[in-house]
Amino acid sequence: MRAFDKVLAARDANKLTSIDYINNMFSDSFVELHGDRNFADDKAVVGGIGILNGMPVTVIGLEKGRNTRERMERNFGMAHPEGYRKALRLMKQAEKFHRPVLCFVDTSGAYCGIGAEERGQGHAIATNLMEMMALKTPILSIFIGEGGSGGALALAVADEVWMLEDSVYSVISPEGCASILWKDSTKAPEAAEKLKMTAQDLFDLGVIERVLRQPKAEDRKMFESLKLLICRTFEKNLAVDVDELANLRYERFRKLGNIF
Amino acid sequence: MDLFAFIKPKNELEGSEDKVENQPYVPDEMWIKCPECNTMLLSTDVEENFHVCSHCNHHFRLNARQRIQLLADKDTFVEMDSELESKNIIDFPDYNKKLEKSKEQTGEKDSVICGTCNISGITTTLICMEPGFMMGSMGTVTGEKVTRAFEYATEHMLPVVVCAASGGARMQEGILSLMQMAKTSGAVKKHSDAGLLYITVLTDPTTGGVTASFAMEGDIILAEPKALIAFAGPRVIEQTIRQKLPKDFQTAEFVLQKGFVDKVVSRQYLKDTLRHILEIHNYGEVQL
Repeated sequence: MRAFDKVLAARDANKLTSIDYINNMFSDSFVELHGDRNFADDKAVVGGIGILNGMPVTVIGLEKGRNTRERMERNFGMAHPEGYRKALRLMKQAEKFHRPVLCFVDTSGAYCGIGAEERGQGHAIATNLMEMMALKTPILSIFIGEGGSGGALALAVADEVWMLEDSVYSVISPEGCASILWKDSTKAPEAAEKLKMTAQDLFDLGVIERVLRQPKAEDRKMFESLKLLICRTFEKNLAVDVDELANLRYERFRKLGNIF
Repeated sequence: MDLFAFIKPKNELEGSEDKVENQPYVPDEMWIKCPECNTMLLSTDVEENFHVCSHCNHHFRLNARQRIQLLADKDTFVEMDSELESKNIIDFPDYNKKLEKSKEQTGEKDSVICGTCNISGITTTLICMEPGFMMGSMGTVTGEKVTRAFEYATEHMLPVVVCAASGGARMQEGILSLMQMAKTSGAVKKHSDAGLLYITVLTDPTTGGVTASFAMEGDIILAEPKALIAFAGPRVIEQTIRQKLPKDFQTAEFVLQKGFVDKVVSRQYLKDTLRHILEIHNYGEVQL
């Protein structure tokens, strides 16, 4: 089962997380910014500002944590509403200073729990989708592991979406899909195949622009070329009139799945 | 005292099984049992009372056509894009079968009906979801129809009323159904940026990807009493946190208390409430 191998690879606990990417690419220039100015600081979302090849960038990532202690602290990358609101706050800040936004996506999904519902998980995600669609500054989202449904999309309404070759993006987890459809979550491998959730599947469906090779932790050259690729894309989009850029972003999503 | 309280359903009558043949024919559809208070209600009475139990105010679920009938002035609803039909884009197992079954059961082609109508004389774009069509799930056709309706409203400077009812994104269309959340949100945003009014009416059940997109993006968010309004449904949450949820968790009243709904409106007053809000925003009749 090719697709499910990708799912397992995307969930691999030894994979690089958002913080690894930020550290490797922004090094000392990264300033982490906390809180949604409303309720709390959600540690499942890490965000801040920094310099990428001389370019000021706002960077936001869903962070799973790199060891057991961190994973607990970061709720395994499952954000609460305040996490999505923090992300939006930083994006609005980026818009003000006309700074491009770089998002790293790695989550099994938005958190399902009492507090998340009480504080409006649906509302928080919906607001991000709406505001990101019209954000007057470039946005680029890179999937570096799991892309679980609305919780991933809330950081992926972007001008371009790229995925690592071992990352996945789906409307529902293969386990969830299998248990709803066949009342049997062990059929997840079959569901993974059918859901078309690998980077290559999504590229073929026209949902993403690029499939990226998986960088290794020590591979400086790899990170340098990724940085270059990101900066070139930002430069291109910074040159576009901001209203036009938002329109292009709308058109990008407007045409997906249209086969009527 | 309620006049019908003593009437029991046919099958609870003593010895009814033996005497069925001797009884006068009573069509099953004549009586409805309220699932909330167990009162037997005459179906014609329920219909006249906006499909609401006269005894306990339980709101029966409406299909999209009933919803349109409830809100649109007589003979004013003009449907848009009724020809759009879902296709099995990612070749998902049994999807075609499920589509056929839903079409048969509901008489609709997909889970949403869009159009324009007058609501108490005020021209409005009306979008009603069909909870009976694959649980009101949002696929590409649903997303496309909602998006087109918003684009039409923006172009013609019309307000939009959405009656949401959905189990969420339709997994049989994979990632493409997830993309509809972004697409519809974009259309809502353009409508909003044009200074136009968008009212959502959250009905039972509004969940998942629809809650996390256009249902929660209204300028004014109304909800029907006791409607389930959630991002993650109660069963999913119980499985995640492994504890029982409080009884009224995720009801319209609960969500109101938490600050995510503007007003819970009983169905009998829904049309009047909409008219009133539309009037406050200075909308009127428009010739299209």
